[in-house]
Amino acid sequence: MADKRIDEPTGVETVGHEWDGIEELNTPLPRWWLWTFYATIVFAIGYVVVYPAIPGRHAASAGTAGWTSRGALAKDLAAADAARAQTRAAIAATPVEKLADNPQLLRAAIEGGAAAFKQNCVQCHGSGAAGSKGYPNLNDDDWLWGGDIATIHQTLEHGVRYPGDEQTRTSQMPAFGRDGILTAAQVQDVVSHVRVISGQEKASASSARGAQIFADNCSVCHGANGEGNRTVGAPRLNDKIWLYGGDRATLTQTVTYARQGVMPAWGQRLDPVTVKMLAAYVHSRGGGEALPAATPAPDAAPAAPATR
Amino acid sequence: MSSIVERHKTLERNVTLLAVLAFAAVTIGGIVEIAPLFWIDNTIEKVEGMRPYTPLEQAGRDIYVREGCYVCHSQMIRPFRDETERYGHYSLAAESMYDHPFQWGSKRTGPDLARVGGKYSDEWHVQHLKDPRSVVPESIMPTYQFLAERPLNQGDMTAELQTLYTTGVPYTKDQIAKANDDLKAQADPENATEFKTRWPKAQVRDFDGDPKKLTEMDALVAYLQMLGTLVDVNAPAAQEDLAKEKGR
Repeated sequence: MADKRIDEPTGVETVGHEWDGIEELNTPLPRWWLWTFYATIVFAIGYVVVYPAIPGRHAASAGTAGWTSRGALAKDLAAADAARAQTRAAIAATPVEKLADNPQLLRAAIEGGAAAFKQNCVQCHGSGAAGSKGYPNLNDDDWLWGGDIATIHQTLEHGVRYPGDEQTRTSQMPAFGRDGILTAAQVQDVVSHVRVISGQEKASASSARGAQIFADNCSVCHGANGEGNRTVGAPRLNDKIWLYGGDRATLTQTVTYARQGVMPAWGQRLDPVTVKMLAAYVHSRGGGEALPAATPAPDAAPAAPATR
Repeated sequence: MSSIVERHKTLERNVTLLAVLAFAAVTIGGIVEIAPLFWIDNTIEKVEGMRPYTPLEQAGRDIYVREGCYVCHSQMIRPFRDETERYGHYSLAAESMYDHPFQWGSKRTGPDLARVGGKYSDEWHVQHLKDPRSVVPESIMPTYQFLAERPLNQGDMTAELQTLYTTGVPYTKDQIAKANDDLKAQADPENATEFKTRWPKAQVRDFDGDPKKLTEMDALVAYLQMLGTLVDVNAPAAQEDLAKEKGR
């Protein structure tokens, strides 16, 4: 240290040692850096006082600001609720059939419904609402229980064959094969007939026998020509849209064991506004129908066809 | 000022002293940050409902770890609005206190699973594990078809529960002794009377849709259906306790 000297070309002090004539400059830290460093120390002291930091015997210090990560979340959620409150109140006050009167409100309802759909419905109906085997496609015009917004709302609210809801949509197809109502051969005949009316097979002797069996056993619910019946949720059979499948093996299984699809009553799980928003969203998916003429339709849309 | 700088130079020139004092500095930092977690009250909240995992759930958890599910799925819902709105109530430390090791994860290629229990049906889980694309078209998850075919063979569950007991999981003697029976009973509702006395709140049913055999699928689905359901976090009492919390 005694050897400290100033390096002539740079004017900077040296560290004071040398190896084989090589010396090291003792360049001081830049002032801006040093002061930033001191500032962070001061900031840290303030931070420790204001925010939870110092551990004690039972808990860490709470901090003078009273901040907690969970409290911050609660505030965030409350702010988001407040921001939505007006729209939700407006939706709550509007009957679901009248939502379409207010395009802005309808749009908000559809957006809200889309979010709730992703959370609650995609599990069965798929992320694009296209359904899968046993779970109806919500994008097409083929509805089991009806496709106008009020009917969709009713289905959502009370579910389908959902135990514990008095008003749930319910109907029971008999298990024709298992319960011995039809013999295995008769089941095959009626399957032939269904495949004929749905345009998948040419008429045959089997389908001719099946037509009679169909008229005696199936037409009560599915209609004389297999056009379906929405009051009992009986699917239309004379089209190419199938919930479980229209091939012979699947149809045989359906007729033999029957199908009992279930949907939860969302009115029990979600708040009324969310159910309304879901109805608006599902109705908007592309298969939505206008309200039947009996109810005065706000936008004077033509009545939905009686059967589809 | 200058005298401190001069004394610091002594330190810089004495490598042993530097090492000793650097170690001391790091130790103090570590103690201040880590040690209080062992005594302050809110490290692990006191909550109702948390219980050790049943042998079947534990076996499912072992499969979860074996298959590396944690690489893509976290089990930790942080207290942010975007996470709670998607996944449910934020996770509590108490909810992973019987996890050895915990499955919090650090990467979400797939969604968080901390509260996946009860959100989907068993059929959905089975279908999804066999062929993820059949229910979630945009999924990039691998298929786990083989789980439905492989018989569950996780070794001696009594030994496993005993090991967990040693690490602090409060299994009862009875639960440990009958672990191998309970493993089968939870997926066999007809022979589960005894199981239910030992595990009153556990879900008992055939999980994989194949009552004839006990598969790895049974165990994994049992584990998934339990995740996040043990503590009723949305109960008013729990919410009140959480709202009173300070210093976190």
